[in-house]
Amino acid sequence: MELTTFWFVLIAFLWIGYFVLEGFDFGVGMLAPALARNEAERKQVLGTIGPVWDGNEVWLITAVGAMFAAFPAWYAGLLSEFYLPITLILVGLIVRGVGLEWRGKVQHASDRVWCDLGVLVGSALPAFLWGAVFADLLRNSAVAALVGGALSLSLCVLHGAVFVALKTSGPVRSRARHAAMIAAAVALPTAVVALPNIPVTEAVAAGWSAAPWLWAGALASMAALAAGIALTWRGRDGWAFAATASSIALGGAALFGALWPAPLPGLTVAEAASGPYTLGMLTWIGLIALPFVLGYQAWSYWVFRKRLVAEVS
Amino acid sequence: MDALDLARWQFGVTTVYHFLFVPLTIGLGVFVAGLQTAWHRTGKEHYLRLTKFFGKIFLINFAMGVVTGIVQEFQFGMNWSEYSIFVGDVFGAPLALEALLAFFLESTFIGLWIFGWDKLPKRIHLATIWIAVIGSTVSAYFILAANAWMKHPVGYEVIDGKARMTDLWAVLTNSAALAQVPHVVGAAFVVGGGFVLAICGYQVLKERRAATARRNTPSIWRTPIRAALAMTAIAGAVVAVSGDMSAKLLYEQQPMKLAAAEGLTHDTAGAAFSPVPGVEIPKLLSFLSTNDPNAVVQGTADIQTRFTEQFGPADYLPNLPVVFWSFRVMIVFGMATVGLSVLGLWLTRRRRGGGRPQQELPTWFARAALLALPLPTIAMISGWLLSEIGRQPWTVQGELLTAASVSPGVSLTEVAISLAVFTLVYGVFAVAEAVLIIRHVKAGPQPAAPAVPLIPPSRDDQTADVRLQPTLMY
Ligand code: HDD
Ligand code: HEM
Ligand code: HEM
Repeated sequence: MELTTFWFVLIAFLWIGYFVLEGFDFGVGMLAPALARNEAERKQVLGTIGPVWDGNEVWLITAVGAMFAAFPAWYAGLLSEFYLPITLILVGLIVRGVGLEWRGKVQHASDRVWCDLGVLVGSALPAFLWGAVFADLLRNSAVAALVGGALSLSLCVLHGAVFVALKTSGPVRSRARHAAMIAAAVALPTAVVALPNIPVTEAVAAGWSAAPWLWAGALASMAALAAGIALTWRGRDGWAFAATASSIALGGAALFGALWPAPLPGLTVAEAASGPYTLGMLTWIGLIALPFVLGYQAWSYWVFRKRLVAEVS
Repeated sequence: MDALDLARWQFGVTTVYHFLFVPLTIGLGVFVAGLQTAWHRTGKEHYLRLTKFFGKIFLINFAMGVVTGIVQEFQFGMNWSEYSIFVGDVFGAPLALEALLAFFLESTFIGLWIFGWDKLPKRIHLATIWIAVIGSTVSAYFILAANAWMKHPVGYEVIDGKARMTDLWAVLTNSAALAQVPHVVGAAFVVGGGFVLAICGYQVLKERRAATARRNTPSIWRTPIRAALAMTAIAGAVVAVSGDMSAKLLYEQQPMKLAAAEGLTHDTAGAAFSPVPGVEIPKLLSFLSTNDPNAVVQGTADIQTRFTEQFGPADYLPNLPVVFWSFRVMIVFGMATVGLSVLGLWLTRRRRGGGRPQQELPTWFARAALLALPLPTIAMISGWLLSEIGRQPWTVQGELLTAASVSPGVSLTEVAISLAVFTLVYGVFAVAEAVLIIRHVKAGPQPAAPAVPLIPPSRDDQTADVRLQPTLMY
């Protein structure tokens, strides 16, 4: 494989990892007020992501850092093109991170309300805006952006609800399963609307019709979504989570497939790429380091694998 | 005001802000890890209380470091797209490596540390904080290597208007980076040590003011005070030595910055050093920058002439008063903290003749110790102002001007909006963090948790995780 292709795939992998992992983080953040009836339950819900959210966010930081190093013009173009949405995403990530980390450290219940609000708003903003930004890239229209945002928002809620169902027990778990059904009722129709609209900018259309597997990816993503809903209905939490995760991953794969070979209008991967020396050096270091990173992140999920119950205090 | 000015303001504001939290993360992190190690080794309960007390402050601060760091990562692309395209090949590499090799480590292991108190074996739990701390320091190294490249670009060539890396090793072992890393990391330890010192000083004063305080009860603050004093003093020595190295490198690599910092207008042989305008110590400047008292040091006006010949007509002078004064503020405020810590070490030295207790900390010193919180932080910010403003008008010394770095497609309105939004959000959080830390410090360390009150597993779900960790989390 050519180095530029390899780096495009690696960056797609990092973004997809980010969507899958922080996808449920965002969902949990948005659902916390709805799923929890008291402070103990709020702790229980947010406790499911407490140890891992920061590690999940680093997938984004690494994806962006890798774009900077491997395709500087893509990095610079994307971020300066979508300047205001990115600003809002950053604000969201700020209030969310601070809310999550501080809510256990404030002394008064009234301050905790602010933290919870930060988590809610800070999860919803990026969940919506990332979808909107990427849909706009594909379609270059405000309607597409809205649909894309609605899709990513509802997918995050669904994915988060399924995750809470998997990671908790008691009343919160059954509420989470209800919430998943409601989110599914939004996500599925939105996905159906979004699907035929995806590949329409001219540059993209060419690549898209030349690559039928993109359609296959998008359809498989829909199928996984449907499966996730059915499995949640049946109470198979683990499999349901695997299905919603695959749905997001397959959708992400189709998205980045559609962005190849021109991740921004008028800019091809080859034009954006750094020199072979830089890409070669980074490839070696990346290939050595990535297995370790995946290993210890997986270990941290393993350490916190048990279901959480509400703390009786 | 045009978009360029606002973009510069935005970068300055957000970066200085990020750097309010960074040194404390680096310095206090090591201190907390050390306290937990002491607890692990000795099993003494008060070390655990102190670990949790400082650990909580560390985490409040850590959260701010993380969220403000994300903004930094995106800023180059948002406001400085021309810069990013020009340097990405070289400058992006350490940033990507930082994320891959440091941030993953830091974030994952901090999560394990916070939530792992009763889930991990004690030894492994101790290891998690050390790994997170190492992650912070590794991250500092990579980002400082990137920053050093802007001052002294190496290991690259310019092809078709873009810098292309030719030697990664040269970038990572840049002489400017090798001086800057110990300087900044050392300074972070001074900040961290000073912070602990100030908090301990406050607690000691509180103890002595309390009517019930008996002079001879062993205070739990004794050990952290000694440790913080030692940490600050040793780190101070590293900072001074590496700062001297930095100055010598400036002589070769960034003569304009050196001249601005010294307020030297014309090339001078045997240049004098003037600590404040009007006072001059003969030949000291030449000696400090080259080890040769008679060497010629270049002056700002003469460099301006030479740059004009070399790069074409333009204003190559940075903001002279800011650079001049920030240099002095850095040295004076920073070294004052270090001096304070050396004094403290002497005051609390063990009495001769073995076995006798170390001396009481005098109350006046506990008061003075409060200064150790603001002083090094101000020194730190001044150091960055010296370094970054002194580099102007270049973003990459000798290669790329700041005016040519800014995003061409981003409008004044857009920058104004984001500058306003970030400033507002950051301002609110600055107040909130201060209030949170002050409340926490006032409350003091909590008594160690009673031996784990395990709630019996609920009947319907035997696998359920029994209890959320109480002290350090939600
Ligand atoms: C000398 C050290 C140093 C310097 C100059 C900078 N940082 Fe920083 N940064 C850190 C030292 C650090 C740290 C100590 O590693 C932090 C602070 C708190 C934390 O969690 O990590 C951090 C956090 C942090 C994060 C969040 C990591 C996470 O989610 O865990 C990002 C994305 C950045 N930084 C990026 C930057 C960029 C792009 C900078 C350049 C303008 C920058 N930092 C300057
Ligand atoms: C190590 C990582 C850093 C990098 C890569 C970096 C890079 C930059 C860049 C790209 C700019 C904008 C262009 C310019 O105005 O020159 C800048 C300006 C600036 N930076 Fe840094 N910087 C770093 C660290 C810091 C830190 C930690 C501080 C302070 C705490 C700081 C303070 C400033 C200030 C005040 C400016 C504005 C200077 C001016 O425009 O006059 N920088 N730096
Ligand atoms: C505790 C005291 C000090 C603190 C907190 C401090 C902090 C800093 C910081 C944060 C920087 C910017 C990063 C860099 O460019 O390396 C800096 C730069 C610098 N410091 Fe210090 N410093 C202190 C003491 C000193 C001393 C004693 C000296 C001189 C002997 C010194 C000389 C320098 C020089 C020359 C630079 C500019 C380096 C450059 O831009 O290339 N510093 N300082």
